[in-house]
Amino acid sequence: MNANSPKCSCSCNEESGPPALVYSCSGAADTGEIADRAARLIKAEDKAWMSCLAGIGARASGLLASAAAAPDLIAIDGCPQDCAKKTLELAGFANIRHVRVTDLGYMKGKTPVSEGAVRKVADAAMATLIKN
Amino acid sequence: MKKIQILGTGCAKCQKLAAVADDAAKALGLTYEIEKVTEIERIMGFGVMFTPALVVDGVVKVAGKVPSLEDTKKLLA
Repeated sequence: MNANSPKCSCSCNEESGPPALVYSCSGAADTGEIADRAARLIKAEDKAWMSCLAGIGARASGLLASAAAAPDLIAIDGCPQDCAKKTLELAGFANIRHVRVTDLGYMKGKTPVSEGAVRKVADAAMATLIKN
Repeated sequence: MKKIQILGTGCAKCQKLAAVADDAAKALGLTYEIEKVTEIERIMGFGVMFTPALVVDGVVKVAGKVPSLEDTKKLLA
């Protein structure tokens, strides 16, 4: 079973599920790409599961139900438009853990996409889970 | 004919959800069919990441828990 296989809520002979679902704005700008790559890095390292923000916007029922069932939701936005967070909120979700790439010292349109930046954003996103 | 699908690999909660859905459909006097979807690939095709899940006429109504009989009746109505 891979990292994104459905998790059984009864814990019957299955590996433990994710602590959160993570959504990225995946915007066109460099900071949007960093947000996207950070979410994918979190998924690749099996720290949380990435889910589809577009599916939330489209009101895809399975993706909405999955978000509702998740222990926590993390939104990673590239810029102050906060599209990922707002998309989740417009779908009715609250108490979203949130990270904004431009709050971490990166300027929209002037930030080369680097492993270091992706790592910093991914770590900041996971750190939101231990904040109140 | 209402189509009810139970998504899950066959664990205790999946079976409980199937039973609750069956009871709710009967209580509502529905004409229905229930299908248990156990294949991971098909479950993921619904966009569901937590099981069990209840699907009614192709729409995922709830995932990751077994709703009460009364709540399930509302989801089926």
